[in-house]
Amino acid sequence: MTFRPGMRGAAVLAAGSLALTACSAGSLGSSDDSGGGPGSNTVTITYLIGNQDQDIKTANQLVKDFTAKNPTITVKTETRPAGSEGDNIVKTRLATGDMPDVFNYNTGSLFQAIAPQKNLVPLSDQPYLKDLDENFTKTVTADGQVYGVPGGGFMGGGVLYSIPVYTKLGLKPPTTWAEFMANNAKIKAAGGVAPVIQTYGETWTSQLFVLGDFHNVAAAEPDFADRYTKNQAKYATSPAALKGFEHTQAVHDAGYENKDFASAKLPDGLRMLAQGKGAHYPNLSGVVANMVSTHPEAAKNVGLFALPGDDASKNGLTVWTPGANYIPKTTTGDKLEAAKKFLAFFASPEGCASLSKAAAPTGPYAVKGCTLPDDVPQAIKDMQPYLDKEGGSSLALEFLSPVKGPSLEQITVEVGSGIRKAKDGAARYDEDVKKQAQQLGLAGW
Amino acid sequence: MVRVYRPYSNWFYLPTALIYGVLFLVPTFASLYFSLTRWSLFESKFIGFDNFKLFFQEPALVKGFTNTLIYAVVTSGSKVVLGLLLAVLLTSQIVARGYLRSVVFFPVLVSTIGIGLTFTVLMNPERGLINGALSVIGIDGPGWLTDPKWALLSVAAVDVWKGVGLATLIYIAGIVSIPREYVEAARVDGAGSWETFRRIVLPLSRPATVTVIILSLIGGLRSFDLIWAMTRGGPGFTSDVIASVIYKQYQAGFYGLSTAGNVVLFVVVTAVVLPLSWFLNRREVEL
Repeated sequence: MTFRPGMRGAAVLAAGSLALTACSAGSLGSSDDSGGGPGSNTVTITYLIGNQDQDIKTANQLVKDFTAKNPTITVKTETRPAGSEGDNIVKTRLATGDMPDVFNYNTGSLFQAIAPQKNLVPLSDQPYLKDLDENFTKTVTADGQVYGVPGGGFMGGGVLYSIPVYTKLGLKPPTTWAEFMANNAKIKAAGGVAPVIQTYGETWTSQLFVLGDFHNVAAAEPDFADRYTKNQAKYATSPAALKGFEHTQAVHDAGYENKDFASAKLPDGLRMLAQGKGAHYPNLSGVVANMVSTHPEAAKNVGLFALPGDDASKNGLTVWTPGANYIPKTTTGDKLEAAKKFLAFFASPEGCASLSKAAAPTGPYAVKGCTLPDDVPQAIKDMQPYLDKEGGSSLALEFLSPVKGPSLEQITVEVGSGIRKAKDGAARYDEDVKKQAQQLGLAGW
Repeated sequence: MVRVYRPYSNWFYLPTALIYGVLFLVPTFASLYFSLTRWSLFESKFIGFDNFKLFFQEPALVKGFTNTLIYAVVTSGSKVVLGLLLAVLLTSQIVARGYLRSVVFFPVLVSTIGIGLTFTVLMNPERGLINGALSVIGIDGPGWLTDPKWALLSVAAVDVWKGVGLATLIYIAGIVSIPREYVEAARVDGAGSWETFRRIVLPLSRPATVTVIILSLIGGLRSFDLIWAMTRGGPGFTSDVIASVIYKQYQAGFYGLSTAGNVVLFVVVTAVVLPLSWFLNRREVEL
């Protein structure tokens, strides 16, 4: 043995302390944000939101108004990416017990995928529950327990259209697909304006012809959602459901898309629509606030109609429920109380007023007693007649069935770019949802 | 009792063994196990080889496989050819040689994501600089990243631009180490530049070629960051490679499936590179 014992001890110690520092690096950040300890009066909670401009503006306004009413509570915000990257972060943070005290996330199928029974605090005992719209609570319910409070208004998925283009050419909003295509033909013949704006540079925007068509699917096959969940109905084999894919393809085949559809992004599409360089833009009413804040004239110039189907008498709007705010099970004690108060604020008319102050609303609120301000953009006003009419609107499929495949946006890009035929795309999407259904452990898959 | 000479006592290995075990051994075996489960991060259910079956049925995967091979072969081949030519140029007597060498190497040092985003802007079909320049000379450039025929090759071209500096560096080292006597002897025998290159530089820089091929082939097979930054596998699935298919499964929350995909990727890379390395190195010994 050539080493002196003393040296050996030192080496082990050095290596040991190395390992120790490596450990503590991972837990940084969780020890210093506990706010006031026991005995102090203020509680600090953290609120996780999406990183889109509108999300941040909305959250800041709400936190401001909430803390003005509750001076003993401080709310810090933290952001996460949107889309599937965000899904991943939410799942990982829940699984590792690292979720902030309150977080904003989707409702419907994505909510089902985060194992609410295991991870979230149920809110069924909260007094404000009776004030929430039933269409909304259905989408945040698992095993009879309600877990979420709405973080915004309902959204409509339809076709945003340029009113000046329509007035100039003497067109009227179509109620059937044939009328829609006839309008497109006239717009194309007039020249200078792209009939249909598509922005495949941001792939999620490609899905609207399929997802926004669900009211028409449900009108033709009322039990589609149910049979779809049970693996009995398929997009490729149901004639009504296949229409969405066929429409995506038809618009491309007829050459109605803007020239740069393959690379354009959402802001490009909104600009084209606001400036009247494109006539139709199938999208969610959630993008209107964004458009109006950059192009104020769009508040008057852009309207909305539901995606047209075959039957004018059954024409109606597909509706998305708002994202919700949830409390993870890891929130306890004073923080849990504060978090519950924060959610109660969201579920009150004051909360809605705060939302309206932050940004143009995306649609009606899911809380009773909440009204929309008078100066809402035209596109949002256009949603109201559909919602008022009996049978004039349906929830989107993702709120009626937990089954939603992750690759729809790539598939609709392919169908809408002429890379793949509609029927083939639908069949491929059916394969895609299979994985999701199996992952959720649904019966019959 | 036979005493094997050991310079260190067993205690000395313990910290390293612990770190190695916790950070490498455990995850490796855990990933092998989880690739056999349906895993939602919250719970996992053992399902045997279903993930592998599903992964091989994934239509994107067949496309991903062919794309990965095309990408690896195209980038690796171009790096060998261009790297060798650049190295010959940069070892000759030209002005500002040191400066030119560093210029070729510069893209290697830049962040891949940064390069990807920059080229996405340059390659924009309507507003990009590349098609703008082409239209000046009357060529109507294609949608480099939006046309399914071009997307993968456009990304491969950027990959070559970024990686050729490293190949050049390896070749320069290889060429410089060829003894000058060989070249001089060849000159005396009346060999021209082409003959010198063909008979001396090319065969004697074989070790460099082997290194470049293996490094760039492994890089190409597991390439992900550049493709993700530039096309995200799109348009549709047309520029998907194995790594991006795996990443999408992971994003979608199919954790077991994506772990199975990683096991497959590991096997594929090993199956391609191991025999290749054995073959190339064997030839080197015989030479």
